[in-house]
Amino acid sequence: MPITLKCHVGIGSEVTGEALVAKDNFSARYDLDRIKGVFSRPDHALAGQSYQDKILIMQEAKGGVASAWMLHEMVQRGIAPKAILFNRANTILAQGAALAGMAMCDRFDDGDITDLVATGDVVTVRPDAGLVIIKNRDR
Amino acid sequence: MKLTPDEQAMCAGAFGPARQWAIEHQFQIGRMFDAADMVEVSQAHMMADPESLGDAGVRFVERWAALDEDERRVRIPMITDPRGVDLSCYDPIGQTEAMADLERRFIAACRRLGIVMTDTCINYQTMMPPVLGEHVAYGDTGVVIYSNSVCGARSNFEGGPSALAAGLTGRTPRYGLHLDAHRQATRRFVVRDEPNELTDWGVLGAVIGRKAGSYWAIPVIEGIESIPGSDALKHFGAAMASYGSTPLFHIVGVTPECRTLADVGGDRLDEEEITQADVDTLRAPFGAKGEAVDVVVFAAPQLSLLEMKEVADLCRGRSIHSGTSLIVCTAPSVFADAERMGYVESIRAFGGRVLQGTCFYQQYAREIGEANGWRRLLSNSAKIVNILGGYGYQPALASRAACIDAAAAGKVV
Repeated sequence: MPITLKCHVGIGSEVTGEALVAKDNFSARYDLDRIKGVFSRPDHALAGQSYQDKILIMQEAKGGVASAWMLHEMVQRGIAPKAILFNRANTILAQGAALAGMAMCDRFDDGDITDLVATGDVVTVRPDAGLVIIKNRDR
Repeated sequence: MKLTPDEQAMCAGAFGPARQWAIEHQFQIGRMFDAADMVEVSQAHMMADPESLGDAGVRFVERWAALDEDERRVRIPMITDPRGVDLSCYDPIGQTEAMADLERRFIAACRRLGIVMTDTCINYQTMMPPVLGEHVAYGDTGVVIYSNSVCGARSNFEGGPSALAAGLTGRTPRYGLHLDAHRQATRRFVVRDEPNELTDWGVLGAVIGRKAGSYWAIPVIEGIESIPGSDALKHFGAAMASYGSTPLFHIVGVTPECRTLADVGGDRLDEEEITQADVDTLRAPFGAKGEAVDVVVFAAPQLSLLEMKEVADLCRGRSIHSGTSLIVCTAPSVFADAERMGYVESIRAFGGRVLQGTCFYQQYAREIGEANGWRRLLSNSAKIVNILGGYGYQPALASRAACIDAAAAGKVV
């Protein structure tokens, strides 16, 4: 049986994709080369890695109000993650997800989401229900 | 969420599709952050530069701008954060006509919505600062942290889309910093050495922001005995918000909600000392000595009139090194005053450029860096050096005077 994780009700619609996990934080303005679709901040844990079509899983959302527009712009150009999961989102990223129509959830009952999911896991995010399902693993 | 009849009518589309989008957007955010209802706000402030908007974002706003007047105009006074292109000076810094066109389209759309183009991230220094207890919907993390902390206003970080939504509906979901409970301190920091100049204030803010590390952590700071000025608190807050996503700080005896430590619940928290080692660690990646400098930047936040005067005074009678550029960003209203006072002329005579209504990191920093061969960047802003590493720069930090010395020498002296 797949592993089901409970979280707070989030934003956006159900989506399935491959997880890209880091014990680091996230800002679209500070951390990304949005044209190439990679993490560009040299000291970011995912520096150089592509985020396109991934379920990004990070610790916290970080400063930079611009991220609220940027997620929308990234989705419209087709170079964007499918969803972002945080231990704790901030207002900006939630607002950006709402405009972009990107799935976003946070506050997981079972602990640190960056420990619960591993890079490469196939994950379904159901923001309306507040559920994240790891499909390739058994409980 | 509990909605009023007016809000329900907006949801049902009675006031047109823009307000319907806006209230639905706010409803989603409110649900995620457990808002019980909406709160009316007196002003909205929108961060929306064309680099972050992209063509998609501009088209989104143009859609609402094409509606009939009663359906498109914002309900409350709404102002803007810095633009991405100074339309009076973009070719010389390597920005393209396509960038300027996107900017022109966005400005035209904003005007049709009834938005006041202030183009500033220091509205609390240049126009109407909010007052204690006033609920507002501000964008730009630096604007929010200053308004919450120094003015005692109440705002969450409202990204561009949410600020626009607040302008259209005249309200915002009541969660986070609109509630007393979220304004209490959660971390207590003790400062032993008070900062002197703006850069030191920025660094201290950055240290505290990095330690606090979350939108939901509120620091209270002890040990600041002298009353800092507006520019000091501006750099302090902007850096804290940049490094920590922090939306509010309290300084005991300084900020209005914190006459005593107990006012914000700080007496129940354990003390954490800010050490010299903390400060040195923060500065370490941004140190430079003897190295060539491609560009010196004063921005993030935009300069106040008094900062403009200080920079102009430092420039007077000197000239810039041929291999170095100087960029100074300020608000359009400050620019007009600085021009009248001769400060703009002094900076230009030195060889610098003064941009109005923009902020360096919000104006296609990557592209203008590549166009001009700017890589080694020096600034007195702890905020901007944090941001620009991700934009292909090697940023370094120095005091305002040392920045001008470096611009004159072409290297960090």
